[in-house]
Amino acid sequence: MRWGVVTFPGSNDDHDALYVVDHVLGADAVALWHKDRDLKGVDCVVLPGGFSYGDYLRCGAMARFSPVMESVTEFARAGGLVFGICNGFQVLCEAGLLPGALIRNRSLQFVCTRVHLRLEDTDTPFTCRCTRGELLTIPIKHGEGCYVADPSTLEQIEQNHQVILRYVDASGRATPDANPNGSLSNIAGIVNRQRNVFGLMPHPEHAAEKLLGGEDGLKLFQSVLAAYTEGARQGTTSVAPGH
Amino acid sequence: MLQTSAAVTETDAADHGLSPEEYARICAALGRAPNVVELGVFSVMWSEHCSYKSSRRLLKTLPTRGPSVLQGPGENAGVIDIGDGRAVAFKIESHNHPSFVEPYQGAATGVGGILRDIFTMGARPIANLNSLRFGSFDHPRTRYLVNGVVAGIGGYGNSIGVPTVGGEVYFDPGYNGNILVNAFTLGVVRTDKIFRARAAGVGNPVMYVGSKTGRDGIHGASLLASAEFSGEAEEKRPTVQVGDPFTEKLLLEACLELMEKDAIVSIQDMGAAGLTSSTVEMAGRGGTGIVLDLDQVPVREQGMTPYEILLSESQERMLIVARAGAEDIVRRVFAKWDLDASVVGRVTDDGLLRVMFREQEVARLPIDILTDGAPAYDRPAAPPADLDALQELRLDSIPLPGDYNKTLLALLDSPNIASKAWVYHQYDYLVRSNTVVEPGSDAAVLRIKGTHKGIALSVDCNSRYCALDPYVGAMIAVVESARNVVCAGAAPLGITDCLNFGNPEKPQIMWQFTEAVRGIRDACVALGVPVVSGNVSFYNETEGRAIPPTPTIAMVGLLEDIEHHTTQWFKGDGDAIVLLGVTREELGGSEYLMLTHGLVRGTPPWIDLEAEKQVQRVCLAAITEGLVRSAHDIAEGGLAVALAECCISGPHPGCGAVIEMEGAIRPDALLFGESQSRIIVSLRRRHLGRLRELAADANVPVTVLGEVRGRRLVIGPLIDVDLAELRRTWTTALPRRMES
Repeated sequence: MRWGVVTFPGSNDDHDALYVVDHVLGADAVALWHKDRDLKGVDCVVLPGGFSYGDYLRCGAMARFSPVMESVTEFARAGGLVFGICNGFQVLCEAGLLPGALIRNRSLQFVCTRVHLRLEDTDTPFTCRCTRGELLTIPIKHGEGCYVADPSTLEQIEQNHQVILRYVDASGRATPDANPNGSLSNIAGIVNRQRNVFGLMPHPEHAAEKLLGGEDGLKLFQSVLAAYTEGARQGTTSVAPGH
Repeated sequence: MLQTSAAVTETDAADHGLSPEEYARICAALGRAPNVVELGVFSVMWSEHCSYKSSRRLLKTLPTRGPSVLQGPGENAGVIDIGDGRAVAFKIESHNHPSFVEPYQGAATGVGGILRDIFTMGARPIANLNSLRFGSFDHPRTRYLVNGVVAGIGGYGNSIGVPTVGGEVYFDPGYNGNILVNAFTLGVVRTDKIFRARAAGVGNPVMYVGSKTGRDGIHGASLLASAEFSGEAEEKRPTVQVGDPFTEKLLLEACLELMEKDAIVSIQDMGAAGLTSSTVEMAGRGGTGIVLDLDQVPVREQGMTPYEILLSESQERMLIVARAGAEDIVRRVFAKWDLDASVVGRVTDDGLLRVMFREQEVARLPIDILTDGAPAYDRPAAPPADLDALQELRLDSIPLPGDYNKTLLALLDSPNIASKAWVYHQYDYLVRSNTVVEPGSDAAVLRIKGTHKGIALSVDCNSRYCALDPYVGAMIAVVESARNVVCAGAAPLGITDCLNFGNPEKPQIMWQFTEAVRGIRDACVALGVPVVSGNVSFYNETEGRAIPPTPTIAMVGLLEDIEHHTTQWFKGDGDAIVLLGVTREELGGSEYLMLTHGLVRGTPPWIDLEAEKQVQRVCLAAITEGLVRSAHDIAEGGLAVALAECCISGPHPGCGAVIEMEGAIRPDALLFGESQSRIIVSLRRRHLGRLRELAADANVPVTVLGEVRGRRLVIGPLIDVDLAELRRTWTTALPRRMES
């Protein structure tokens, strides 16, 4: 399986995502450049964390207009796997590939800390190796991670089981105190209706090695790999459109 | 033909911060009066900030060599070999005055500046630290300054994608009128890919890359960094630069990409004094000359004069001497990253800085007069008249506390001791995936990818000790920073220092400086640790009141095996708690004395460098043998505070401790005194014998204090507090003050 990690000008966690795929997961990883339309035949595109184009306008607002995003949008519409982390999640919302938006944290401060997350649904290629209701500890680091959507969108994504991760306390309850940024319904990550585009504010690539404090994030990468392998074995292209 | 129409006078020179003697010296060296552009060049190159005229001779006494030192002071950063074909480049630098005038931008551009110093060397920055000193919370500006500085450091570091992994924050009324913001960056470079800033190769193009030049920051180095404050700081806002971390991120990536190609002869960032100092320093180090054509400099606004272009401190700019014929390689890489790259001059063999503007020569100055010709002063030094009174402390006049629990909680509530989580959770300390020990332990630890090695980083200075005795205080800053990296499992490798002092023209300030340099030297020689880079910041005074002397030391340590990294908190019930070192009856300069009696008095703790070295050696040996489960340096607040930190600074809910101790000394000195050369380690009981052997060989006293157990901290009959209460006090102290 081949992964592509996009570098926008201002991407910061692109090297980290490449490192996890390449050195920890042991899969094939290639860098994709924002000015190129070529996705180099990858099976999953990662939109990494950082501050694309400086994020001086609105987070992700410039990146969605980059040449690479034209191809990523096409790829996603054809069922390709897209994994947007932090700034990548913001870009996906700006590009209309995921519903809702991310605004400034309730505290108005940047926050870097480990959070507890409850895994709400395993019926996605990004979480198929996890257990429903399991708690993951993964860091967040953002200034604009407060997820918002209008009431009908919110109702829809809940009904369709598109909410994949929620901020919870150590015992798994989605309390206001466990919400680090003010996100509606403690939402930390969602998928699109077709379940092939995933956006989350926490950084699973920063929770992929025991030496660096935990491996919970690696499960999401392993799920994608498992989903791809399973899809390839069954000869389907529904999960990954392939090379 | 040199344009000399705008001849200048001694008064103009004085307005540029040059004394009548210095102006006379310039005229004598040139054989004529400088024109106004040239005066501007002299004003920055001969400023305290750029020329180190008051400190240069003393700094030469510091030990700067060592078998692993690849680059000592004099370049953009120091470089030390760590084996496996890799080296670390690091440096600390002050941005005090800009941060006081405009805290967000001042701190942000401080981070931006030190980052450029590191990637200029060819090193990929992997860690930032900072040392921050603010006035007391009673002062009306303190909260505003703390908020702005922390947001500025985060705003720049987070955006550029370099983790801020550690630092220190102190509050003292001595900084009410002059805060300190010292920023440190470390990068990793391949030993065969180190770049230096020496202009060489006559005819080679001098290229300008990065942001366009604007009118911001003119005279930042000469007038803001090299003079005291008086009156309204707000008036100096226009001399503070504005940072753009996004552009610097592009510049960083473009420079590192370009360095992989065979196109660069040398490279230098444009920091203080901008285009002027980068040009002069590159030519000076290379023994060459440079001719600049200012019409080729990308400018942000119309009508900029040569004077403004030369002295602008616009951020995110670099100067490159490229290999002749490689101009297009440079242009292509920078175009990829959407940055300007322009040939603005050539390397010459005439030893001159020649500046052209609209086909006229507007400056013509011998490089050596600007660099080596700068004045170097042996300024008079004398101890302050009240030194004896300050150092006098009669312990029998200090009453013992009535309730030791309350005293311990009061110390944990002191902003100098309290958890700094409110600060570091605003920094991205994870990006680049190397952070093994996060902020909140004695030292941060990062792995070095592609090796089994790691580095430990700590930045330290207790300026209260330095105010009482700058020699001892500076020694303690060095040994404490070393002790911190040792507690993390690393061997001290080298330091960079940021020497923050008042006005060196005052003999008592010069005495403080002289003593502090002597202290750093003696401690570094004893520990065998070189000083590879640094920065001096004088004139930290407002309305004639100087800051406490603050020689900040940033220590880099090396872990041969990253698996040996150690944290400060207790790990589990049943472990033995052991003290390495001796507790003396001393309270001088302690946080306890300040907090409970309002006194900054006495002499700082006793320091015996040989004993210190042995304590560190035993601790490191025990860690590398795998005996130790936690190691924590004893610092401000003494043994009781250190034990409390061992209990509560790790993951929830923490580990309690039961300590049986008796001493022949006053109980307050036993619990809260700050005797040096002490480390608390915890280990499994079965390893006690081996630890005793290691300690006996080195003559290091070992005391079993007690054991890790339960959910309370119990110290003999004097202290018995629930962990939840300790933790609540310690973690809420800073947010409560910031939010009130």
